[in-house]
Amino acid sequence: MYDAGKILIGLIIFLAFATFPFYSNMGKAVAKPDPKLDTPVIQQMKVKQCVESKEFMRAEHMQLLNNWRDAALRRGERLYKGSDGRITEISFQNQCLRCHSNKKKFCDECHSYAAVKPYCWDCHIAPKEANNEH
Amino acid sequence: MSISRRDFLKLAGISSLGIGFSATDLLWKNRAEAIEYMSSPKGLTAKRWAMVVDLRKFKTEEDYNRVIDICHRIHNVPDFGNLKDEVKWIWTDTFEHVFPFQKNEYLPEGVQEKKAVLFCNHCDNPPCVRVCPTKATFKRKDGIVAQDYHRCIGCRFCMAACPFGSRSFNWRDPRPFIKRLNPKFPTRTKGVVEKCNFCVERLAEGLKPACVEVSNGALTFGDLSDPNSEVRKILSTNYSIRKAELGTRPSVFYIIGGDEDA
Repeated sequence: MYDAGKILIGLIIFLAFATFPFYSNMGKAVAKPDPKLDTPVIQQMKVKQCVESKEFMRAEHMQLLNNWRDAALRRGERLYKGSDGRITEISFQNQCLRCHSNKKKFCDECHSYAAVKPYCWDCHIAPKEANNEH
Repeated sequence: MSISRRDFLKLAGISSLGIGFSATDLLWKNRAEAIEYMSSPKGLTAKRWAMVVDLRKFKTEEDYNRVIDICHRIHNVPDFGNLKDEVKWIWTDTFEHVFPFQKNEYLPEGVQEKKAVLFCNHCDNPPCVRVCPTKATFKRKDGIVAQDYHRCIGCRFCMAACPFGSRSFNWRDPRPFIKRLNPKFPTRTKGVVEKCNFCVERLAEGLKPACVEVSNGALTFGDLSDPNSEVRKILSTNYSIRKAELGTRPSVFYIIGGDEDA
């Protein structure tokens, strides 16, 4: 191999850079997201239950929101009958955020952790809370 | 051990089927069942919503402003303070500009000088809907030409297509230019087109459009397909015009008149 020394040094430098994110974060656990449900409206509820089960909402809320949007906006169907038969008015800003009025500790907590930036807040007005960014 | 080409292909085919089936299972997992979407029973419905503007009843500047202000306030319409960036849902223009084919110099003075109130015509044959590449703008079953801001990519084809200038583009972030936010209604964002929505959000609650409510009878809203509706009664007893020259079949009608008893 010609120029073995130079190539090896180059390779080592490359590996050092490429693996930097891994070893610099090694052993350091990033705090797990801990979304809070302690808003005044939720605390006053007798049965603390969203429109669907907790597991469903965790996994599928983005799909549900898309379906809600299409139902309300395109088909004019503004009532949602959930799998347990309860009927809810469809409105992100006036229904979802009425209970989940803590955008920072509810929405942003996981979204920041997962590095997703949903564009909800470009148009929808976030509820007033202390030190609200928007 | 060797495998013939034929056997290999058979095996590969069967395996891919299996993978396909397991994927469909994944897709359906976690989906809620028995979900259903319904229209609200208290909502107002129609086959074709329409508006009749009685210009005789717009007398003072205040009559115009009241209608414009309520609309722009409840829908979070920004005021950029300059015409270049202007965003409008309801606005006014001179008779000559609004009805260029009706203009002649012998019209009564009250008509010549009169300003007309304008909003989206919610055309029965809407050119904006035809040109929208993302179906962000669409015609609802009740005739309202609605817009899904989530889907708008800001191409402004609809603005070019609309012959009435009913659509405005958000060149800048509108949020800082809304004097008082209505927390019940969203704002728009930079890069989307917006226009009058005939207050669909109010119709769903059983309320008439806000402008109609504050107009003191100058604006009438109703179902054009129902011969007994308020709008049809007015249209059958008064001579009305609409901006029909271009074949879009607008749903907004104007009663011009000269005097109150005309």
